Amino acid sequence: MSGSPGLPDFGQRVAKALADGQLRTALNRATGRFLRLRAEGLASLPDPDASRDRARAIRAETLASLDEHLEQFADRVAEVGGHVHWAADAAGATAIVLNIAQRCGAKLVVKSKSMISEEVHLNLALERAGIRVVESDLGEYIIQLARETPSHIIAPAIHKTKEQVGELFHELLGVPYTDDPKEMTRVARAALRTVYLEADLGVSGVNFGVAENGTIAIVTNEGNASLATSAPRVHVAMMGIERIVPTLADLAVMLRVLARSATGQKASVYTDLITGPRRPGDPDGPEELHIVLLDNGRSRVLGGPSAEVLYCIRCGACLNACPVYREIGGHAYGSVYTGPIGAVLTPALEGIDKWSDLPQASSLCGACREVCPVRIDLPRLLLEGRRQAAEAGRTPLWSRLLLRAYRHVATRPWLFRLALRGSRLLTRAIARDGWLHRLPPPLSAWTATRDFPAFAERSFSMAWRAGRRR
Amino acid sequence: MRALGQNSMTPSRRVQIFTTCLVEALRPAVGWAMVRTLERIGITPHVPEVQTCCGQPAYNAGAWQDARAMARHTLDTLDRSPDPVVVPSGSCTDMITHGYKELFRENPEERARSERLASRTREFSQFLSDVGAVPAERPPQRVTYHPACHLLRGVGVRGGPEQLLDSVPNLERVPLPGAEECCGFGGLFSVKLGELSSAMLKRKLDAIESTRAESVVACDLSCLTQIEGGLRRRGSKVRAQHIAEILDGGE
Repeated sequence: MSGSPGLPDFGQRVAKALADGQLRTALNRATGRFLRLRAEGLASLPDPDASRDRARAIRAETLASLDEHLEQFADRVAEVGGHVHWAADAAGATAIVLNIAQRCGAKLVVKSKSMISEEVHLNLALERAGIRVVESDLGEYIIQLARETPSHIIAPAIHKTKEQVGELFHELLGVPYTDDPKEMTRVARAALRTVYLEADLGVSGVNFGVAENGTIAIVTNEGNASLATSAPRVHVAMMGIERIVPTLADLAVMLRVLARSATGQKASVYTDLITGPRRPGDPDGPEELHIVLLDNGRSRVLGGPSAEVLYCIRCGACLNACPVYREIGGHAYGSVYTGPIGAVLTPALEGIDKWSDLPQASSLCGACREVCPVRIDLPRLLLEGRRQAAEAGRTPLWSRLLLRAYRHVATRPWLFRLALRGSRLLTRAIARDGWLHRLPPPLSAWTATRDFPAFAERSFSMAWRAGRRR
Repeated sequence: MRALGQNSMTPSRRVQIFTTCLVEALRPAVGWAMVRTLERIGITPHVPEVQTCCGQPAYNAGAWQDARAMARHTLDTLDRSPDPVVVPSGSCTDMITHGYKELFRENPEERARSERLASRTREFSQFLSDVGAVPAERPPQRVTYHPACHLLRGVGVRGGPEQLLDSVPNLERVPLPGAEECCGFGGLFSVKLGELSSAMLKRKLDAIESTRAESVVACDLSCLTQIEGGLRRRGSKVRAQHIAEILDGGE
């Protein structure tokens, strides 16, 4: 098979993913279940469409005056005794966390799930400084053991079958093999329990920051965030600057669609609302709370044609619904954020030059837009990414030449008719039974698996002009 | 979804057909089936002769300069007549009704012009659902329907084509498992990422064959070219037909 004439490196990663049968099994099981649960979960709302419209409106209004909301949020966090740190980029964010870790003499960091920490590659930075990092989200724990990266926003180990996880635990944790998820969870929980108690620092993500009172909301199904943010002496919460909601009432709207869109649950099992560090008289909680607000390209995106991508609340529904993601999983994308949202967000944040392949990884079927809780027009944004890729000269030469030629032909009807006639003669000369079975590259990518019809003997408009009706 | 016979656009006795480049080049029979189906309900179609391509291939590839040139040509062509435009393709309809607005987002005049065209442009099955269809007599046949993505989620036509098919005498329609999943065509995507496109197609073909239908019907020749090309390659007896061909009663 000729593979992918357009996208060599990305094409190779895709081919590798397509050849991985276990990956396919894992993806089919998980994405199918997520989608089913999502549909049921949303149906449990009195008016799901209205809830999604409301959620979208909140995101739109918040981002329209993000600077004011951020300022208010930072002020409230400070008022309740938290420390706010502004990070312009990934290096800035890791430096801030490293600094905090070193100041409090941290040897062990326990983390609850944070896509921002993945985005800035925090674990790598901490480990290079000799600090041990342990992930406490079960999925993250699994991929940390396997030395892999997350392949799904909410289910980082979605690419692994339970049988593969069983083998991993058996090999690396020395426990007897089992593929019973309950038993495996028990094993991980036992291993993690001591980590929570020994960790000097807890690092978490943030689902939403509430501007009116400086609260941060973190949702999990395992309760690991509750422990990771309260047991260690210091808590560092990492959030993108776009993850603000104005009020607690707005937070309720967002959480309602977030849980349902992600897993179909009416609410995640644990919703932690954290407002400042431990106060005098509190029985538990960290002595210090630091909130790292990461820009890393977001303020630039906010002013551009892809601003809508920042509405995303990281539910992962678009990944589950995407027929491309279901075939190739997350790792083929090569980026931290995967699926349709990743194919838009990654080039938006990090530049189209490095990531021009990602917006091409879509048939533009629109399934992502249909499930998005805040109705992000992902196909439009994918097209915007393709426009930027083309303008940066990062699309295959053959497709650029082909389209340029097609434009010249299609804007001159006489030439269009001539081209039709030429194509007819050519295709009918090489066709068997009216079909083409083998074409040269790049069209060989089509005929590898599909026949292609020879052009019709007489085009429709030619026959129409001649007044000949079949 | 609108019920048959309810009008969302003024019923006009005359419509113009935007044939689309695929029907033009690959299967003109779809064009003729459309013409006859429209004539049976008393509508006189005409075909602007200088029409070529709506520009979607270039738009989808990010080549907006090229796409704009083709869009302008299409606007010029279809603006010669004030008649409603009927298109035998969900994706070309989506391009004209949504894509053009995006292409011309920085030019208010052209954007307004494309919006005017959008307001009188309908996909073929959508048009028939609006004005009411009279399907022709035909031999018994068992079919399944594949809702093309751009028609379903772009134009927003859901259920209408199925209802049209169910009104055809002697036609048995069986549901397609995973009907709303993409067939993997995606224009140049089918070549740029050919293996991926083929993997998506495989699921669709398996689903189609599982229905034991004699024919898979869609409203878009682009998906049908992908599906039929795949069916033929695996030696399947299942045919791929445009909804116009079914409503026209052809073999």
